[in-house]
Amino acid sequence: MANFSIATVFVASFSLLLSLSHSFSIENPTDRRILVILDDLALKSSHSIFFNSLQARGFELDFKLSDDPKIALQRYGQHLYDGLILFAPATERFGGSLDLAAILDFVDSGKDLIVAADENASDLIRSIAAECGVDFDEDPSAVVIDHGSYAVSETEGDHTLIAADDFIRSDVLLGSAKIEAPVLFKGIGHSLNPSNSLVLKVLSASPSACSANPKSKLSTPPSLSGSSISLVSVVQARNNARVLFSGSLDLFSNKFFKSPVQKAVNVKHHRVGETDEPSIYRINDDLEYLVEIYEWSGSSWEPYVADDVQLQFYMMSPYVLKTMSTDKKGLYHASFKVPDVYGVFQFKVEYQRLGYTSLSLAKQIPVRPFRHNEYERFIPTAFPYYGASFSTMAGFFIFSFVYLYSK
Amino acid sequence: MVAKADAVKAGTKSSHSPASNSKPDLSSISSSFSLKTLKLKTKQQELLIRVTILCLVYILAFVTRLFSVLRYESMIHEFDPYFNYRTTLYLTEKGFYEFWNWFDSESWYPLGRIIGGTLYPGLMVTAAIIYWTLKFLRFAVHIREVCVLTAPFFASNTTIVAYLFGKEVWDSGAGLVAAALIAICPGYISRSVAGSYDNEGVAIFALLLTFYLFVKAVNTGSLAWALASAFGYFYMVSAWGGYVFIINLIPLYVLVLLITGRYSMRLYVAYNCMYIVGMLLAMQIRFVGFQHVQSGEHMAAMGVFFLIQVFYFLVWIKHMLNDTKLFQALLRIGVTSAVSVGAIALGVGTASGYISPWTGRFYSLLDPTYAKDHIPIIASVSEHQPTAWSSFMFDFHILLFLFPAGLYFCFKRLSDATIFIVMYGLTSMYFAGVMVRLILVATPAVCLISAIAVSATIKNLTQLLRGKTTQTMSGKGTSGTRGFSKQQGSVDQSIPFLKDGARVLLLGAFYLLSRYVIHCTWVTSEAYSSPSIVLAARGAHGQRVIFDDYREAYFWLRQNTPSDAKIMSWWDYGYQITAMGNRTVIVDNNTWNNTHIATVGRAMSSYEDEAYEIMRSLDVDYVLVVFGGVTGYSSDDINKFLWMVRIGGGVFPVIKEPDYLVNGEYRVDKGAAPKMLNCLMYKLCYYRFGELTTEYGKPPGYDRARGVEIGNKDVKLEYLEEAFTTSNWIVRIYKVKPPTSRW
Repeated sequence: MANFSIATVFVASFSLLLSLSHSFSIENPTDRRILVILDDLALKSSHSIFFNSLQARGFELDFKLSDDPKIALQRYGQHLYDGLILFAPATERFGGSLDLAAILDFVDSGKDLIVAADENASDLIRSIAAECGVDFDEDPSAVVIDHGSYAVSETEGDHTLIAADDFIRSDVLLGSAKIEAPVLFKGIGHSLNPSNSLVLKVLSASPSACSANPKSKLSTPPSLSGSSISLVSVVQARNNARVLFSGSLDLFSNKFFKSPVQKAVNVKHHRVGETDEPSIYRINDDLEYLVEIYEWSGSSWEPYVADDVQLQFYMMSPYVLKTMSTDKKGLYHASFKVPDVYGVFQFKVEYQRLGYTSLSLAKQIPVRPFRHNEYERFIPTAFPYYGASFSTMAGFFIFSFVYLYSK
Repeated sequence: MVAKADAVKAGTKSSHSPASNSKPDLSSISSSFSLKTLKLKTKQQELLIRVTILCLVYILAFVTRLFSVLRYESMIHEFDPYFNYRTTLYLTEKGFYEFWNWFDSESWYPLGRIIGGTLYPGLMVTAAIIYWTLKFLRFAVHIREVCVLTAPFFASNTTIVAYLFGKEVWDSGAGLVAAALIAICPGYISRSVAGSYDNEGVAIFALLLTFYLFVKAVNTGSLAWALASAFGYFYMVSAWGGYVFIINLIPLYVLVLLITGRYSMRLYVAYNCMYIVGMLLAMQIRFVGFQHVQSGEHMAAMGVFFLIQVFYFLVWIKHMLNDTKLFQALLRIGVTSAVSVGAIALGVGTASGYISPWTGRFYSLLDPTYAKDHIPIIASVSEHQPTAWSSFMFDFHILLFLFPAGLYFCFKRLSDATIFIVMYGLTSMYFAGVMVRLILVATPAVCLISAIAVSATIKNLTQLLRGKTTQTMSGKGTSGTRGFSKQQGSVDQSIPFLKDGARVLLLGAFYLLSRYVIHCTWVTSEAYSSPSIVLAARGAHGQRVIFDDYREAYFWLRQNTPSDAKIMSWWDYGYQITAMGNRTVIVDNNTWNNTHIATVGRAMSSYEDEAYEIMRSLDVDYVLVVFGGVTGYSSDDINKFLWMVRIGGGVFPVIKEPDYLVNGEYRVDKGAAPKMLNCLMYKLCYYRFGELTTEYGKPPGYDRARGVEIGNKDVKLEYLEEAFTTSNWIVRIYKVKPPTSRW
C-alpha cells in the first residue's frame, strides 16, 4: 500500500501556529525527512515555534534557501524527502532541479506539501496552487479585508489582520479540543475550484470579509467575498498525499493540525464454513468478507471503530451493499449471498471520512454459473416424466414381444 | 448404377486387356498374381485405378492447402481460429468436463462468457481427439500443429465423401470427378487452408457426410443408413451453426418428394429416423439445447415430420379402403385439417413465446437487405456482404458454367438422389448470392453437379470415339453433341465428322479442366493462403516485406502489462488479444452482447473526456487500435470507424452518424467533420502522426491507406498516453492514465 501520511492541526490559544502534514511509510514510520524551503533564513527563527514542534515530534528538517542550487527532491529516482514545506512565497524560481513539475510529481507520488503564500505570492506559488484546485486571488495586491471582525491594530482603518473562526466542523481534522478563540489571519485569500472534489476549506473567512486591495478604493465588487474566501485549505489527493495551502505565512506560529491515518490490512474472503480463499465463486454461494482497519494514533496502530463501513459487491453497479459489523478490535466482517448473476465482480470498500485518509479497496473475483452436475438431479416435479418414459419403454418392450411371438 | 457402368465397360474392355496386362506385371507381383488367378481383370484394373486416383486426390487436397505453411509458417490464421485454438488448448490441458463448464472471465469484462454453453465444440473435440490419438501412438506433436492441419485433413476426407456421394447420385466416374473438383475448388479452399482452424473446416465434411448418408438412406430405405445420417447430423450440429441449413433443406426435400408423388416407405424410414434421432442427439449440444423444438428456424422440420405421419396414415387408409371416391374426400379433409392444426399450433406457439421467432441472421438470409437496416453488427462483417459476381467466378471458375449443364443431366435422369442434389445446388447457390461466406456451403453441391456434367460428357464422347453404337444415349451428350448423336441414331456411324467433333470436344474439355487446375492453384497460392495476422507486401525493389506487427503488439501486451489488465479494442481483435496477449478484453468476436459492443463503439467515437468516463467505468487499462496510415493497410480501425459509430449510435442515440460525415462523405483530411477530428479513435490513430513523413514527396502526416494528408496533425492526449506502437505503426497501444491524484 502506498505511503500514508499524517497531517495534524492543533489549535492553541490566541496566536497562531500551523503545522504540518507528514508522510511516512508504514514499513518505516520513523523515516520522516522534510525539506523546508525559505526565502530568508530569518524565518527559521521567527517561526521557530512551528519548526520546533515539528522537530519535537521526530521530524528531520532540512532547511534550504530557495535559491540554493543543490535543491533536489529526488536522486536516482528515489525521493529524498517525505514532505516539503514551501515558506518562500515571493520566489519566482527555485534553485536546483526544483520546479513546478518536480513539485507536482512529488505530490503525485504520495508525498506531502505545505505551501504558504502572502501578499507577494509569486506566479510559481500560484500555479502550484492552481494545479491543486486552489486559486489565489488574481489581483496581486488584494488581501483579505474584514471590516466586521478585525483585530485591533495600530493603523486606523487597516483591517487586514482579521479574526477568523469559521473552522471546518471535523473533530478528526482539528482535534477534539474545542477551538474557542478566533484565529488571526493576515494575508491573501483564495477560492476553491468547484470541479475539484478533493480540496477542503479548513478555515474560511467570515461572511463580512472580502478580498481587495486595501489601499485603493473599491470600484468594482471584489471577486471574492464572504465565506467563499478560503484562508486555509487542504487537499487530500487520491493517493493520500496531503497538501496544505495557506494564504498567509504569518499564520504558522502556533497551531496544530492533527488528522489520523487509516490502513486496511488482511483482506480475506471465503465461503461460509471454509477458510481458504477461492479463486472463483459460484452464483448463490454464501461468502464472508473480512478486513481489518486500523488508525494511526501517533505512535502505534489502534483499531478503528465505526459502524458505517460498507462493503460493495460490484459489477458495473453494486449488486450487494452491506454495512460491515465490527468486533471493536479492528476486524470488520460481512457475509452475504452471491447474487444470481455471473461475471467478474469486485469487493469494494470505499470509505472516505473527512480528515481521514481515504480507504479504497477493490479486489476482483469472478463468479461462475453452475457446473453441469451442480443442478439438482431428481426434482419431484419431474417424476411424472420419469414415470412416463420408463412406462413407455416397458410398454414398447411388451408390445414388441407380443407382436413378434403371438400368432 | 455401378454395376451398370461396369457392365458397359466390360463389353468394351475385351480388346483393351492384352495391352494393359503388361502394366500390372511391371508394377507389382501381387496384383499380377491376382490378375492371373482371377478372371475379372478389367474390373480389378478399374478398381486399382479408382483407388489410385482417390489416393492421389486425397493427398492433393491436403498438399494444396499447405501453401500458407510454406509461405509463412505453421500458424493459426485470422480471428475466430484463435478462439478455437485457445479453447482447444484448454480442452487438452484441463479435460473435457472443465472445458464443458468453462466460465471465461477474461473476455467480455466484466460480464464474462460461459464458453462451454456458447460454442460448437465439434472442432475442438475433433482436434483434441486427433491430438490424443497421436500422443497415444507416441507422436510428440504440439497441439498447434494439430490445429493447423485439421482443416486440410478434413478437406481430404471430404473428397472421399464427395466420391461416395457422386457415386450414389450418378456413377463412380462422376464420384471421382467430384472428388477431384472439390479437392482444389477455391470456394472450399478459402476456408480450409492449413491454419484456418475454423468450424467450417470440419463442418463441410460433416455437411456433405450427412447429405450423403441421408441420400443413401433414402435410396436403400435402410434404418442403419438413416441412423448413420443422424449421427452425421449430430457431428454437424456440434461443429457449426450452419446445421440449420441441413435441418431446413432435408424437410424441404421431403416435402418436394411428397408433392411430386415420390413418397415411398424408404423416404418415410429415412426421414423419421434421421429427424428423431438427430434431434435428440443435437439437443445434447448445450449451445443448441431445445432449439429444435422451440425455435422458429427448426419448425419446418417438425411440420414435415407431422405431415409425413399424416401421409403415411392416409396411405394406410387408402390401402384399407377400396372406394376411391371416399378416399378422395378423406384425403381432402385429412390434409386440410392437418395443415390447419399445424398452422394453429405454430401461431399459438409463436404468440405465447414458446416458439422463438426467427433470428436476425436467418432473416438476413431470406431478405438480404434486412441486416443493413436493422442489425449493423451483422452487416458490418465483410464476409456477410452480398456476393459480387467476380467472386463467383473467382471461387468456381469453370464450375460456374458446368453447373447448369450438370443440372440438365440431373433433370434428364431424375431420381430421388438427383432431386436432392438439384435442390441442394439451387438453394445453396441462392444463399451463396446472399452472403459471401456461404459460397462455402454451395461449393460441394456445385462440384458434385459439375462433376456429373463432366463425367457424363466425357463418357459420351469416349463412347463415340470407341465407335460403340449409342443405343439410347441421345440425352446424355452435351448440347453440342446431342444434335450429332440424334442424327447418328438414324444415319448410323456413317459420318466421319462425328468422331473428329467428339475428339475436339474432348480436347476442349481437357483444356478447360486443366485451366481449372491452374486457376485453383494460383488462387490458393495468391489469395487464400495469407494468414491475415502477418501481412506481406512487395517492397520497392520487388522483394517481399513482412509486417508482423500484430504479433509484436500482442507479445508486448503479454510481456509488459499487468496480468489482470483490461484491454479495450474494437471487437475484431478480441480473440487474438486473449489468445496471444493473454489479457482480458472488453468485447470480442463472439458478438453476443450488442450493448457492450455499442459501449465500446461509443467510447471510440466520443471526445476524449467522455470516453475516459466510459473507460473508467469499464476499468479499462489499455486501448488498442489498428492503424494502416503508415503502411497503407486498408482494413484498419479508421476504415471500420463508421461501423463503430453506427453500432454505438444504435444503442446510444447521442452518437449520430452525420456528425462524423461532411455532406455524407467520410473523410479524415482538413475538410473532415470537427467531431471526427477530435473523437478518441481519430486521436489514437493519428497521435504524433503529423510528425511523420510516410511517403517521399508528400507532406508529413500523409495517410497512405486513404491517400490524404490528415486534418488534425497536432493531436494532444490528456487522459491517455502512448504505451507502445509497433514497428510499422499498425498496432498502437495506449495506457489509460489513472485519475489525477489532485483533482
